[in-house]
Amino acid sequence: MSATASLPLATAPGRYRGGGLPGFGLSLGYTVTSLTLVVLIPLAVGLWQATDLGWGGFWHAVTQPRVLAALRLSFVTAAIAGAVNAAVGVLLAWVLTRYPFPGRRVVDALIDLPFALPTAVAGIALTSVYAPNGWIGQLCAPLGLRIAFTPLGIGLALIFVGLPFAVRTVQPVLENLDQELEEAAATLGASRLQTLWRVVLPAIWPAVLTGFALAFGRGVGEYGSVIFIAGNMPLKTEIAPLLIVTKLEQFDYAGATAIAVVMLVIAFLCLLAINLLQRWAGRRAGLA
Amino acid sequence: MPLMLQDPPLIRRALIAGALLVLGILLVVPLAAVFTEALRLGLGTALTALTEPDALHAILLTVLMAAICVPLNLVFGLAASWAVAKHDFWGKSLLVTLIDLPFSVSPVIAGLMLVMVFGLHSFLGGLLEGWGLQVIFALPGMVLATLFITFPFVARELIPAMQATGREEEQAAYLLGANGWQILWRVTLPNVRWALLYGVLLCNARAMGEFGAVSVVSGHIRGETNTIPLQVEILYNEYNFVAAFALAAVLTLLALLTLSAKSVIEWQVRRQRAHPEAERLTNRVPLHQLPR
Repeated sequence: MSATASLPLATAPGRYRGGGLPGFGLSLGYTVTSLTLVVLIPLAVGLWQATDLGWGGFWHAVTQPRVLAALRLSFVTAAIAGAVNAAVGVLLAWVLTRYPFPGRRVVDALIDLPFALPTAVAGIALTSVYAPNGWIGQLCAPLGLRIAFTPLGIGLALIFVGLPFAVRTVQPVLENLDQELEEAAATLGASRLQTLWRVVLPAIWPAVLTGFALAFGRGVGEYGSVIFIAGNMPLKTEIAPLLIVTKLEQFDYAGATAIAVVMLVIAFLCLLAINLLQRWAGRRAGLA
Repeated sequence: MPLMLQDPPLIRRALIAGALLVLGILLVVPLAAVFTEALRLGLGTALTALTEPDALHAILLTVLMAAICVPLNLVFGLAASWAVAKHDFWGKSLLVTLIDLPFSVSPVIAGLMLVMVFGLHSFLGGLLEGWGLQVIFALPGMVLATLFITFPFVARELIPAMQATGREEEQAAYLLGANGWQILWRVTLPNVRWALLYGVLLCNARAMGEFGAVSVVSGHIRGETNTIPLQVEILYNEYNFVAAFALAAVLTLLALLTLSAKSVIEWQVRRQRAHPEAERLTNRVPLHQLPR
């Protein structure tokens, strides 16, 4: 028996062909077929229907003030929330990988909460806490700071949903970072801040950018956690996904699809940017 | 950690305090608020709210959605990871990108696309309606929306796990005469069982909790097409906060359960990595004992 197992693969009798394992045709066929039915056909047909609008109709639909305001609000708050997430993500990843403290494993597990918690639940929970009569809203109200039902509340909800992406992209990079590099920098006379700035930050920078892009992409399309805390005033606190839903409820299919197309194009560009960033990061890591 | 890399205790404590503060106001306080609001009028009232006919129907429908979507996702995840991780073919990276596509599409847009394809104003929707099958504002559309959103979940966990274990063991089993199903069941799955379990748990949590996509296609028909998250929205907008948060608490418990399971799984994987040989001896049939 051991003689059979140690035969070189190429000379194995009979059924072994070109390094392949069985089930390739079946598994690939099933994968491609179901992916096409569930994901690709709805996306393709839906987008194809948007072409009914024509260029003029599309331009008219997306340049209405209410649509422009919603798109601007979604993208700007998502970008700000992504930046905050990137900073907070570095802080949390650093504390979790470098400082042992009691309860660290619980904190580590808790980071994924926004990923596992349904967005509608997150939305009503954040609203009840940050509303003017909520636990934290109460403390902020005397300072003249209104969080719920303002763009600040939208940003807060987006920081909530984006948090795991920002932490989980940076954390493994910090874990695998060779501490000898930091030791070497310290031995050569660099201060701790210089070491962090010149050695640690360049190493985690690509991961931070990826985390930002993921949180931003998620934030632009986020719906459930935002609509409760946003207040949903047209032109002021109405996000683009909500406007899509509103247009759908008014049977304005063309208008809804036009907004969706703009969002999809930008989401696609984000995905492209993430891929380029990862390739760039991989090359840098390879050179180092 | 070498002494020179240790940050001063003051800075260390300040950073830990900062991290805990952020997590506290962002995660812990809202989490506590869910349960506090749900139990505001006592446990009895909360439980009564959960046993209202509409609430019971929403719970049943949510379980049904998960019962349909999770197995379909599991089969897709197994097929996709077997094809991607154990074979080389042209266009593999394109396929992986397409599998990830639902991650970068807003749930609302996913729902909108389904409405455009299957809505009553569309060709296909009209045709199916003629045959007595309503997709949008009915269960089939909600299942399709949930499937779309959760599609990458199992595959996303399985592909890296299967790539990490390589192909040698499967090739050896094949040479020894095992067929494809035997290899999958006895060699591949035992190696990736934790990744598989985590993928299924995440998929289940998302299938039960999906809001945006399902909201667009469901039509919010009370007692008919409302899952728990949709029922939460309706109750909340009616200022029935205790009932809304009681249902929300059920979903929150599910999320906390998923997170605990993830921690246990990570702990298991770490143990497995620390003692790979012991793990093999205790849990797996050695390759040379595979039936011929």
